[in-house]
Amino acid sequence: MSKKMHEVWVFIEQRAGKPADVSFELLSKGRKLASELNGILKAVVIGHQMKKVAIETGRFGAEEVLLIDHPTLKNYNTLPYARILSELIDKHQPRIVLFGATFIGRDLAPRVASHTLSGMTADCTDLQISDVTYLRKDYSNILLQIRPAFGGNIIATIITPENPVQMATVREGVMEMVPLSKPIQPKITEIPFKPEADDQLVRILEQYQEESKVNLKNASIIVSGGYGMGSKENFQILYELADILGGEVGGSRAAVDAGFVDHARQVGQTGVTVRPKLYIAVGISGAIQHRAGMAESNKIIAINTDPEAPIFDICHYGIVGDAMEVIPNFIDVYKHKLK
Amino acid sequence: MAYKILVMVKQVPDTANISGEVMKPDGTVNRGKLPAIFNPEDKVALELALQTKEKYGGTVEAITMGPPKASELLRECLYMGADKTYLISDRKFAGADTLATSYVLAAAIEKLGPYDLIFAGRQAIDGDTAQVGPQTAEKIHLPQITYTEKIIDLKKNKITVQRKIDNGHEILEGRLPLLLTVIKEAAIPRPFKAKRVMAFKNAHSLMELEKIAESNSLLYVDDLKEEYMAQNLFIPTITKDDLDVEQARCGLAGSPTKVHKVESVILGSSDHQKFDPTKEGLGRLIDKLMEDHIFG
Repeated sequence: MSKKMHEVWVFIEQRAGKPADVSFELLSKGRKLASELNGILKAVVIGHQMKKVAIETGRFGAEEVLLIDHPTLKNYNTLPYARILSELIDKHQPRIVLFGATFIGRDLAPRVASHTLSGMTADCTDLQISDVTYLRKDYSNILLQIRPAFGGNIIATIITPENPVQMATVREGVMEMVPLSKPIQPKITEIPFKPEADDQLVRILEQYQEESKVNLKNASIIVSGGYGMGSKENFQILYELADILGGEVGGSRAAVDAGFVDHARQVGQTGVTVRPKLYIAVGISGAIQHRAGMAESNKIIAINTDPEAPIFDICHYGIVGDAMEVIPNFIDVYKHKLK
Repeated sequence: MAYKILVMVKQVPDTANISGEVMKPDGTVNRGKLPAIFNPEDKVALELALQTKEKYGGTVEAITMGPPKASELLRECLYMGADKTYLISDRKFAGADTLATSYVLAAAIEKLGPYDLIFAGRQAIDGDTAQVGPQTAEKIHLPQITYTEKIIDLKKNKITVQRKIDNGHEILEGRLPLLLTVIKEAAIPRPFKAKRVMAFKNAHSLMELEKIAESNSLLYVDDLKEEYMAQNLFIPTITKDDLDVEQARCGLAGSPTKVHKVESVILGSSDHQKFDPTKEGLGRLIDKLMEDHIFG
């Protein structure tokens, strides 16, 4: 085992043949982890007619692609996908396997972890390699799986020291996608697949997807509201401001849970991670899960009635005041100055 | 057809309402100080199971794993309409991560089952992992449908389900037996029925009966158990000895994930620039943003 090259695997998720951004983000992170382990980065691509995607993974550092191509694998389906991955992991024992924390990843990864008896951590906000002493035993090159826990009041570092395979899921946008200046030509290893009768115990009858109208990840300005906005009606003023600034509206989990704003707009650990030029946090207290999704914004403005709100500790510019007064004033002054 | 339905439920600390005294100075959480609640999506799963029973026929049972206190949760399941509940509780199961939890749950389900349908909430608010559902399904070799939004139809051994996917929905047809995890939009949990609260408020687990017996020398736990069973008020309690499980795979020892470090969230002192909420103050802020090349 010690002689074997450490492998870092990234599951490349696709819908209708289109790879998910999060998979490429994870390749970029996986490349760093693999280099710290002196190991090799591999992509696992499952689907039909996926050669192009397989080659594209080289742009993000994959040195080898395990390609499983079959007409019955065109769409993601839990049972055959889980079977393929479980068998591959059992056979090759990669050190680390990463999945996007998406509808597909969160359906697939736990099932695979259960089969392979791997330790697994969901929604990591950071991944690092480090030597670790746990219960007076030393372990080298362990994956630190870092995530907020317990309603965001603590940050936990999870390890799976005794397990050969360490698994984690990461939300889209958390890791940065870094294309290589010179793409690698990955070695493509085609793995044969034999369908089984039980693969279709659940089958897809229909699928409808709309392109998301909300594009938080690429917005350069985000106006985000929290529970402090008080109501869905009050959120309207944030749409107005975002419209004037050419930005998008986001929300905290508390605001989403209260029904003030749509889930697609949720910023934070269990929503979208954003890095806009300007993030305006309105009536957001600033729990760690929220900060995990926006702390790397270039500039942060916090507007809150509570001067003790933790959001003020990470903002660049702070205003203590009531959003329903501050925002209309802001709009007035902005229009006056810039038009 | 009478469907045999099981719902997996969990009692969780109310992480949405954490007050100062809950956090210990070393940054760890004092669970004892947190109010324990019915995990919201598990409650939705129970509601969807009850609706399924009402529409298509069958029975609904609920199961939880947790400390003895978790029988509170099972009484709530009875108040809502569950026909029967089970408590899995044993110190030997304590400290389990999702893998060790699903291992024990799967063993209990295999002992009590087979079930046609197993429901669970998508995730519990204390960990947000969404792992126990799929892991339990894998362990009992059942197919799974996660993120269930709606049960469209149930005919013989075929179920049609609408589930949520990124930016859309998917209609799936699955063959029973099958495990479903349910999102909060799927149903609105019904309130407790007064009649059922009256009927089941004295439903007790074995551990609770032991406590009653301890506090009164005239009562014997075996007699109590018999009496409660006769009145349909006994919550069967499953311990490690009742299950075909290996200790090495249970509880903390059986959990591959270990908490290496816990840091409390201590915020650095703030050195942000303050602006008044007045038009003058906001004007200065906008000037600053123009200087930063964000506006203009």
